[in-house]
Amino acid sequence: MLSLTNRKKIVSKKEQSLSERIYLPGVLKGMSITIRHLFKKKATIQYPEEKRPLSPVFRGRHVLKRDENGAERCTACGLCALACPAEAITMVAAERKPGEEHLYREEKYAKEYYIDMLRCIFCGLCEEACPKEAIFLTDRIVDTEFWREDFIYGKDKLLEPVEKDKRIDVTKRQTPAVLEFKKRPGLMHNILYDPNEKKETKRIGH
Amino acid sequence: MLSSFLVFKILLCVIVFAISLGIAAYSTLWERKFAAFLQDRIGPNRAGPGGILQPLADGGKLFFKEEIIPDVSNKFLFVLGPSLFMITALMTGVVIPWGKDFIWNGQRISLQITDINVGVLYLLGVVSVGVYGIMIGGWASNNKYALLGALRASSQMISYEIAMGISIIALIISAGGTLSLKEIVENQDAGYANVVYQPLGFLIFFICALAETNRAPFDLPETESELVGGYHTEYSSMKLGLYLFAEYINMFISSAVMSALYFGGYNFPFAKEVYSALGLNEGSLAISLIGAGVFFIKIILFINVFMWIRWTLPRFRFDQLMNLGWRYLIPLSLFNLLLTIVVEYFRGNLNF
Repeated sequence: MLSLTNRKKIVSKKEQSLSERIYLPGVLKGMSITIRHLFKKKATIQYPEEKRPLSPVFRGRHVLKRDENGAERCTACGLCALACPAEAITMVAAERKPGEEHLYREEKYAKEYYIDMLRCIFCGLCEEACPKEAIFLTDRIVDTEFWREDFIYGKDKLLEPVEKDKRIDVTKRQTPAVLEFKKRPGLMHNILYDPNEKKETKRIGH
Repeated sequence: MLSSFLVFKILLCVIVFAISLGIAAYSTLWERKFAAFLQDRIGPNRAGPGGILQPLADGGKLFFKEEIIPDVSNKFLFVLGPSLFMITALMTGVVIPWGKDFIWNGQRISLQITDINVGVLYLLGVVSVGVYGIMIGGWASNNKYALLGALRASSQMISYEIAMGISIIALIISAGGTLSLKEIVENQDAGYANVVYQPLGFLIFFICALAETNRAPFDLPETESELVGGYHTEYSSMKLGLYLFAEYINMFISSAVMSALYFGGYNFPFAKEVYSALGLNEGSLAISLIGAGVFFIKIILFINVFMWIRWTLPRFRFDQLMNLGWRYLIPLSLFNLLLTIVVEYFRGNLNF
């Protein structure tokens, strides 16, 4: 019969030899192994002071970006919610009133925006779907909470601060290669929003 | 004269008590550190610099935990168990000679609390009483796991005491026929340490000491995978602390006994040359203290070996444990005794 694995071992239950029965050689062998570990480099990372380096493409807690004038980029199109395989995102859209141009970049904006961090699987499809470069995953880690409700992040936790120096850096995720990739015709928002495309656009509906 | 004698003895008692507790406390920290080092970790290092206050934190935690006495337990015996275990653990320190005698105001002062002429027997006796602490505690808990743990502990200790006793008889025959620990140590002053004459006896004694102190690989009384917590399943707060603490004191004392019986106690090679090079006279306090220091270095080395073994070897199965004790160690120690008698007879140290 064909072997399924090359790691199989034939177990034999033969009588133990004398050196195995008196244990001592085995004991000494084991002790020599453990004592060698005494001098090895420790694997510990002293967490609060020392942090493990994250991957450059680490996908952690989300951020809702503002543009250079401090206006929210999100236009509440719902593509992120649609793309989300975990159905963690939901939002309420609203229309921009005159005089709110410094707050919202487009005429439509997300009045409320929620991500359930317990449902989120941090796949990054929301940022891939976003046509406005408004949502990004960052290298920050979702905080621990005592209550499940506290894991549903609203705009208060997701939106980045207005101040220029407190903005969240997403250049690691928004590389030129990523921007180039986002121009690909196959992507959802390019199908929906491509101005050159004359075909009928797909409609989203629940 | 009598009062100064009393004052000194009481002082010595307090010092030995404090040192036993101190070493036991810091053994708990060092055990965790050592385990961490062997597993490529760092170990506790948050309480104080390098984790030096960790034992205090652990002790404080145990004091402030809720004290539970089970409703169905025998309350008197439930409290007696850990107390007895702790008392017997501390009592063994009495006969150990910690250092050479020194002269103070023309008075010869011993660093041993009492030099009874049956010191070794006293040790074995007190260690045997220690089993009662576990037995009573496990039985009074009225819990099947605790009872099974206590049964295991007592059967294990009784089995291994036999081999231990026989190997000690062999030691006594080759070490000049005295049961006084002080004399056994003094007899190793001139010649070699007893381990040279009794290598097999030392090995048996060491294995039995591991079993007597209920440490891995013989920690079957508290196998958490099968008996929850063993004999201290029902114990909480400081009564649990007493059990755990007494085990470390036992480890300290058995290390001390091993270094006294087999490794010359406070003697060390070329001791006379070192003392004369330092210009110390016979009977000065400095000699006693240096000897005590050497003794403690030996003890600490033994404690480290105990820990090293614990973090290397897996636990024996109970039938393996009993096989090893009854079918290998006892015949082996009897053989060792016979060999010792024959050798000593032909060396002319024994006459019938």
